[in-house]
Amino acid sequence: MAIKTQPVTVNLGPQHPSTHGVFRMRVMFDGEEIVDVEPVFGYLHRGSEKLAEERTYTQVVTLTDRMDYVSSMLNNHAYMLAVEKLAGIEPSPRGVWLRMIASELQRIASHLVATGFLLQDLGALGTPLIYAMRERENILDLFEMLCGARITNSYLRPGGVFMDAPDEFWPALKRSLVDILNTIDELETYLSGNEIVFSRTKGTAVLPPELLINASITGPMLRASGVDWDLRHRNPYDYYDKVQFNRILHTASDNYARYWVRVQEMRESLKIIHQCVEQIEPGPVRPSFDEIPRLIRPPVGDAYVAIEGSKGELGFYLVSDGGISPYRMHVRASSLINLTLLRDMLIGGLFGDLFVTFGSVDLNMGEVDR
Amino acid sequence: MIGLGLPRGFVVTLKNFIRPAVTEQYPDRRIGLFGAAKEAGMNPVRFLFSRPKESFKAFVGLATVPVAVKQSARFRGNEFVFFEDRCTACASCAKYCPLGIIEIVSVPGKIDAQEGESYKLEVFDIDIGRCMFCGLCVEACPYDALHMGTQFERSKYVRDSLVITKEELGAALKRPSSFYRPQFEEKTFDPFLEVIEDFHDAGRHERPSADELKRKWVDER
Repeated sequence: MAIKTQPVTVNLGPQHPSTHGVFRMRVMFDGEEIVDVEPVFGYLHRGSEKLAEERTYTQVVTLTDRMDYVSSMLNNHAYMLAVEKLAGIEPSPRGVWLRMIASELQRIASHLVATGFLLQDLGALGTPLIYAMRERENILDLFEMLCGARITNSYLRPGGVFMDAPDEFWPALKRSLVDILNTIDELETYLSGNEIVFSRTKGTAVLPPELLINASITGPMLRASGVDWDLRHRNPYDYYDKVQFNRILHTASDNYARYWVRVQEMRESLKIIHQCVEQIEPGPVRPSFDEIPRLIRPPVGDAYVAIEGSKGELGFYLVSDGGISPYRMHVRASSLINLTLLRDMLIGGLFGDLFVTFGSVDLNMGEVDR
Repeated sequence: MIGLGLPRGFVVTLKNFIRPAVTEQYPDRRIGLFGAAKEAGMNPVRFLFSRPKESFKAFVGLATVPVAVKQSARFRGNEFVFFEDRCTACASCAKYCPLGIIEIVSVPGKIDAQEGESYKLEVFDIDIGRCMFCGLCVEACPYDALHMGTQFERSKYVRDSLVITKEELGAALKRPSSFYRPQFEEKTFDPFLEVIEDFHDAGRHERPSADELKRKWVDER
């Protein structure tokens, strides 16, 4: 005998520990089943794009740190590539290798956070999250050696990075790479074969690849559906054409596939870092101030550069009117665009899968609201 | 292999259970009875009988020693290091700051500035309550007068006391971080132990003396 139920609306957030920031959802339930979802965001809006209009091109780097605060290096990287394209700056080779190493380390850190919090949302309270965070601390220590800060890095400058890596960085990097690989192996040992993880994540929130492409979803979410789209391979920026790595694809397009793609991508990032360390050569890390002054005045025009961020295509669009600061800056925030399919993922699902699905998108409210 | 996933997972957690902890104690570390005796330089048994009150404190975990925090040399702490003797009041730092929180007021020196005397710095305030420690001011300084500091314990009760003045900067302990200062990257220099007293040691360039400036700008013209 079916129990008669009536729909009830529940307000989740904005101050909810499982929403990865200040995000609010109005969810309508019919019993256990989700009938309707309405996302409400904008609680963390700081107007970064507007603030950029009254700062010089170098000063805007500090704003990009605070957009996606678990992958600040990648934000720095995307922004600097846009500035270099706009101003026609030729970067120094050593600076490019260094920022590639920093970006890949940041990608590992971001994926570790995503994996840890996904398991936290599954109900594995503490353990996987702490294991992932412990390894992320190693990476943040490396960033502290490089640039003196752990999260708000501001490491990149037009044409490279501001300072060469210290001597103690390279042995520490070598040690950390081994540690990270061990952690990923460990993570796979206790999670990728775990029956509880299987039963909770396999077959939930399945999205067809056509829908993902139509909604312009990018990143691990798209690759989990079997679409081979990685900007590092499709449209190589910096020296990504000089390194070899596998593209990680999965066909199931469910929550487990998204988790699996992230874990395997960490291994590929490690491979890229190893190749970068082999190919890096001594030299200046940024062009001298005679070539590129501190105050850049790019010619009138616009530039759009997108990189493969940790969450998808991360693009910066800059318009210059010939002045010292951008006339307009727009960020193609991958988290915001990946959020657009939230209704399709959740409706018809169960209440218990709500936060798991939400966690598998890997969004960051700092980037959604900017 | 279905069925083995859970036991394999528990083996991993068991392995992690016996590995040493990575947590760092801050600001103090409990030393216990034996540690307290060692601190006092005594045999534990003698310590127990000669100082029963302290022994009890140590036994219940009240005896602590301060811990030095692991930092890298480039750490951007929130105590700035400023050498007034190196500063020419060019205000590069104020112009480069993304938030505009550095206030500089300078007046020409005794004689006209063009005749070889540098500007005199009257006000140099950093509103550290709004600072985000990006280090761009340090990067901009052409004479290595301003450095990031390695210290970070600077909490205050009142917002107004977060403005660091020139006098406060001058009196503070000068432990510069090696952020954007490659001269401090040498192995012999430890930013957490050594204090730079003399402003000559802090920079890449020697600041010209008043006589040299006068010769350059007045006599040779």
